[in-house]
Amino acid sequence: MNLDFIIFIVSALLAVSGATLMITLKNPVLAVMSMIVSLVAQAVLYIQLSALFLGAVLIIVYSGAIMVLFLFVIMLLNLRGTEDLGEPSSPIKLSIKFIFGLILFVETVFIIKTGFMPGTVEVGVMAEAANGFGSVKEVSKLLFTKYLYPFELTSVLLLAAIVGAVVMSKRDDDSEDENKIEDNKEVQS
Amino acid sequence: MLEMILFASIKVVVVVAAVLTGCAYSTLLERKVVGHMQHRMGPNTAGPYGLLTPLADGLKLIFKEEIKPANIEPITYMLAPMISFVPAILTFAVIPFGKDNTFFGHDFTLVLSDLNVGVLFVFAVTSLGIYGIVLAGWSSGSKYSIMGAVRSSAQMISYEVGYGLSIVGVLIIANTLSLRELVELQMLPLWGTVSFLPNWFIFSQPLGFILFLTCAIAETNRAPFDMPEAESELVAGYHTEYSSMKFSMFFIAEYANMIAVSAVGATIFLGGWHGPFLDTMPMLSVLYFVLKVFCFMFFYIWLRATFPRFRYDQLMAFGWKVLFPLALLNTIVTAFFVIL
Amino acid sequence: MVAEYLSVLVFIFAGIGIVLFTFLLSKLIRPHNPYPKKNANYECAEEPVGSSWFKFNNRFYIFALIFVIFDVEAIFLFPWAVAFGELGLYALIEMIIFILILFFGLFYAWRKGALKWV
Repeated sequence: MNLDFIIFIVSALLAVSGATLMITLKNPVLAVMSMIVSLVAQAVLYIQLSALFLGAVLIIVYSGAIMVLFLFVIMLLNLRGTEDLGEPSSPIKLSIKFIFGLILFVETVFIIKTGFMPGTVEVGVMAEAANGFGSVKEVSKLLFTKYLYPFELTSVLLLAAIVGAVVMSKRDDDSEDENKIEDNKEVQS
Repeated sequence: MLEMILFASIKVVVVVAAVLTGCAYSTLLERKVVGHMQHRMGPNTAGPYGLLTPLADGLKLIFKEEIKPANIEPITYMLAPMISFVPAILTFAVIPFGKDNTFFGHDFTLVLSDLNVGVLFVFAVTSLGIYGIVLAGWSSGSKYSIMGAVRSSAQMISYEVGYGLSIVGVLIIANTLSLRELVELQMLPLWGTVSFLPNWFIFSQPLGFILFLTCAIAETNRAPFDMPEAESELVAGYHTEYSSMKFSMFFIAEYANMIAVSAVGATIFLGGWHGPFLDTMPMLSVLYFVLKVFCFMFFYIWLRATFPRFRYDQLMAFGWKVLFPLALLNTIVTAFFVIL
Repeated sequence: MVAEYLSVLVFIFAGIGIVLFTFLLSKLIRPHNPYPKKNANYECAEEPVGSSWFKFNNRFYIFALIFVIFDVEAIFLFPWAVAFGELGLYALIEMIIFILILFFGLFYAWRKGALKWV
């Protein structure tokens, strides 16, 4: 039992249980919190594979920014976990879902077992990673030479997202004009 | 392995104790300084010069009854103080406090963990600090709390981008993310030529430093950006409904955050523990570091005593329309200079 | 290397430990005497009016969305800055194009009034 292995097992368990809790919890804010736990545990896994930059991105962007957005949406819609979620699925639907889940699981196991993925990585290579593999500098060199076009395209994608956000805010303004006085009372936060 | 964990634990205990003491005495410092700036004495009854006041405050808070409002969300209400406290002190895990030393024949590094992605770690931790506030506001079931929380989180995310970008200029010059290497780079003579000045990044990145300072103050929700707890409108903001130890956790977290950004600023821009006469007395480095952090803290308090609060729309506009473009411009200009 | 990350883990546990310890300590020694009036939400000593769970300004959501976008931009700048010494002029031009495209987005949002509060 070396330390790497223990850390791997603990964070893997945390990641999986966080993800499970996210689906099963009824309270939306607690669901977001468990997803953050899952994401941070996944970041630990990345760091163990010496992908330091990816680990940091996972925490800064996913759990630091996107999850905040989720929380804002929950507060905006005022979800309290007491909403009517509708009828539970019928047994037939449930069993179909279960079968698909099983197929996915078998596929994953198959892929891992047959070594379809080139160079399956062992646990705890953090200390031995050669030539600064996975370090921020190496990632950056690849990103700005070999993968330059995808990188530049990212900016266009982000631009599209900004335009989307702006358009959405415009629509809100138009519909709010009629009951503006009412809104102002409630909304001054 | 056990030895490793034991050694790490001892270091952690020392650092955490130092940080908590620092937090306690920052409260006294703030009250004293603001007091004198307003021609008052500040706290002066408990102990000489009021030096025992933090202790008395802590004892009082532990003995206080906790008032839990009826319509809270119990789990998140309980978790929120913890979630704001842990990231607040976690930054100190990567800050180098002083020059490497030798004690009783053991090599001793005065940094808890010298990550080679230290700067990224600092930002990761900062980005997690927001959850304590949001959860506190959401679970308290009070209007003041939720308004404070929403304001505070929107303010923090708006200034977080600028906070990150203000340091990119330094990174372009330094080409490293390790805080230890950043400090070592700042020990060289300025720009490699001026021998009587150290190469502190405040000299090559003055705009970056100002941006960092502004964003850091907004990020820690301090005056003049203390919108979330604007006493005159929101009572106490997100921790209105908290009392006893849960309240003090938020309070400690606020001061720990202040000290943390001060320490980050001192490390990145003011040369960290670097100072004169370190070759003969390496332990002086810790003193230099504490002094630099103290300067930042004093500046914080000075600002609070001087400036009135921003208006919320001004605050958001300032963050997005002034600080953010300036930080980008600073980055590009620095890159141009480095190329030349 | 592992030791460095281990200290961070120990630090997290120490932080959680401190919080739990103080909560427990204060639970043991503090008085406990609640009654309904005391447990009401604070609203300047008045009876609380209406629900505290209200709909708030959509602006906050827009700002969160814009924040996510520019946070992604910032995270790209970090590796760029770190490897800048080795990448040189070429990388600077690439990054200027990247920043300009996004800055156009910011400018668009600015002109359309998405960054305006009132």
